[in-house]
Amino acid sequence: MARIGVFVCHCGENIARTVDVKKVVDAAAQLPGVAVASDYRYMCSEPGQRMIADTIRENRLTGLVVAACSPQMHEKTFRRAAASAGLNPYLVEMANIREHCSWVHENRDEATAKAIDIVSMMVAKVRQDEPLSSVKVPVTCRALVIGGGISGIEAALSIADSGVEVVLVEKEPSIGGHMAQLGETFPTLDCSQCILTPKMVEAAQHPNIRLMTYAEVEKLDGFVGNFKATIRRKARYVDADLCTGCGACLEKCPVKKVPSAFDENLGPRTAIYRPFPQAVPNKPVIDAAACLKLTKDACGICSKVCPTGAIKYDDAASVITEDFGAVIVATGYDVLAAAEFGEYGYGKYADVVTSLQFERMESASGPTGGKIIRPSDGAEPRSIVFIQCCGSRDEARGRPYCSKICCMYTAKHAMLYKHKVHDGQAYVFYIDVRAGGKNYEEFVRRAVEKDSALYLRGRVSHVYREGGKLVVKGVDTLAGEAVEVKADLVVLATAVTPRAGAVALAQTLGISYDTYGFYSEVHPKLRPVETSKAGVYLAGACSAPRDIPDAVASGAAAAAKALSILSAETLEREPTVARVNDATCVHCGNCIAACPYDAIEDFEVRDRAGNLIKVIARVNESVCQGCGVCVALCRSKSIDLAGFNDRQIYSQIDALSAW
Amino acid sequence: MSDTREFVPRITAFVCNWCTYAGADLAGTTRLAYPATVRIIRVPCSGRIDPVFLIKAFEKGADGIIVSGCHPGDCHYSSGNYYARRRWSIFPKLLEFIGIEPERLTFTWVSASEARKWADVVAEATERVKSVGPLAHFAPLAAAAPEGEGAL
Repeated sequence: MARIGVFVCHCGENIARTVDVKKVVDAAAQLPGVAVASDYRYMCSEPGQRMIADTIRENRLTGLVVAACSPQMHEKTFRRAAASAGLNPYLVEMANIREHCSWVHENRDEATAKAIDIVSMMVAKVRQDEPLSSVKVPVTCRALVIGGGISGIEAALSIADSGVEVVLVEKEPSIGGHMAQLGETFPTLDCSQCILTPKMVEAAQHPNIRLMTYAEVEKLDGFVGNFKATIRRKARYVDADLCTGCGACLEKCPVKKVPSAFDENLGPRTAIYRPFPQAVPNKPVIDAAACLKLTKDACGICSKVCPTGAIKYDDAASVITEDFGAVIVATGYDVLAAAEFGEYGYGKYADVVTSLQFERMESASGPTGGKIIRPSDGAEPRSIVFIQCCGSRDEARGRPYCSKICCMYTAKHAMLYKHKVHDGQAYVFYIDVRAGGKNYEEFVRRAVEKDSALYLRGRVSHVYREGGKLVVKGVDTLAGEAVEVKADLVVLATAVTPRAGAVALAQTLGISYDTYGFYSEVHPKLRPVETSKAGVYLAGACSAPRDIPDAVASGAAAAAKALSILSAETLEREPTVARVNDATCVHCGNCIAACPYDAIEDFEVRDRAGNLIKVIARVNESVCQGCGVCVALCRSKSIDLAGFNDRQIYSQIDALSAW
Repeated sequence: MSDTREFVPRITAFVCNWCTYAGADLAGTTRLAYPATVRIIRVPCSGRIDPVFLIKAFEKGADGIIVSGCHPGDCHYSSGNYYARRRWSIFPKLLEFIGIEPERLTFTWVSASEARKWADVVAEATERVKSVGPLAHFAPLAAAAPEGEGAL
């Protein structure tokens, strides 16, 4: 006989405001199989959980329905509470009457009726539930970090320092990411390279870290604790084992005018190149599209000057597969292509640049050697206009979000400009100054008060050329008048966007992303570095615009989460797995072909003498992920899925017939 | 239901755990109001949904059905929703054959971040089902059915 307990939560006022909780309790008490029904203000609280545990014991309950929030929120909490009272945790069902009911309906009668239906469905389901026990699987104690920017480096170092092996995959020839491009960093004005390069070197030399630069993750199979990653190493044309990084090839390469992506196309590089002098590994690669030997079978100078014979023109891409227990995604961000801003003259006037270009100019190791110049004639700009929110906070361009870092780096740019050009004047057009961070507001005040940056609140309508100057037409909304500023240089604070190819990578990894293409956390507040795919974690700006301290913090957080998986020898997995009924399986092979995880295999049924009786399909429980695709496909109805079996689903459909 | 009252459709939704269920959760978190016409049955993947579930739901009194999963390419289980897509592209023909209006079935994709889309899907499905009225089809069958629980 079923003895079901139904517990209805008020969630403070969150549920009780729109759902008549007493009515739900009364209705639940009438349902077949229900032995106890009661309510409480906060079921998830300690007294709430204790009340549930006590009731289970006192009434020898055989099933539990908690009508409260989404199972994603507290299913685990109540499963634990049930287990503590000796009830199998898989005999617990959540009736989601908050997210799916009280929060989305205003009419109290309708919401109450719906809540009763939801509870009825879950009571019907729980009556069909069977006790299950979690599946134990072994764990591969090695982590994969995708992306070698500052957050990826931090994640890799944190894991490696704990004694766990890490493979750090970076698609560029060097690790370092955007941070390597920066000049000085807010709010301390310490040089970016000076604080970053020691970490890059530490990562490269760490005995537990294996760098795989110029490589990309192509495929990720498996599941938490047991991933198999396919990694494509691009052809470098330079044998990294033989190369000593002497740089002779760089000096002699005759192709010297390839625009340097690292320098945001402000300077040239050679066809055989390393992105920047402090690159890690400090070994060049050949740009196959620019190299004369590879395009026209001419030249070959680098091969001649290389003292160690490291140049390999016949190098080819290679694909390797490796096993990992956890994956950290730290693929970072891009900035919006400035070409979108025709009205600001980007692409038309050489003296309209992006912030990242300005950053390269300002960097001591940049293409101008740290000198701020007008790209059109190399002259020192007497005045600079910085335009904020180029593409951010702009509904019309589809990016209503704030890019978060621009207010701060613009204050820094204005400040550094003043430090280099003492009689120069910086103007900043802004919407709001957002300086929420430790010592951030003070930093912006310094730019205004000590370094006399002039802040104008308003948007810029357009930029045009007049005489030798750029004229910036905008509005000062505080003074309530149109303004016109003559500038030598205009700097656009272009929006932070997801990496090009971010969605494709999300699909490769099987993680979710938002409408912009930033990766989604499983919970925005309480689980900020976890994805909906167990064992895959997020670090840095791939999930939202982040500054360096946030990127570093999230890298360390992701590492801690990954280590919690990697530190155990075995892992307990949800028992939501498919099972074959040996007696009825006709071995049609539909399920074997359809399974996305190759979890179903042939199994030979033999008698005691070893004679073959028949071949059937059998599910490997440690590989099955419980999608249930096989169940819907099975023609003889011989497979079912624990936790979501046919009877459980039909019982819910049945329960709605009274609706 | 008396004739004087406005017809309120009953819609059963079969949704996957990872995208649409989470999208509906987000609609709650962001307090997006939508009609209280839908009852959600959660399954791990849209590929888990057997066509017989839908027939059974109609038989048990649903006036309309929503089936929703992860967008193509975004399936949590990598390819389950492709099986769903194939199934639901053929299924309306069967519905037509047994005399159920295609307006009663909404097959769509709602991701975990598409709270607004979920609210819109429910509102639109409600209007569509209203336009074809209650499904009286199975009432005589249900009345004649033997007592007791059970699927199939």
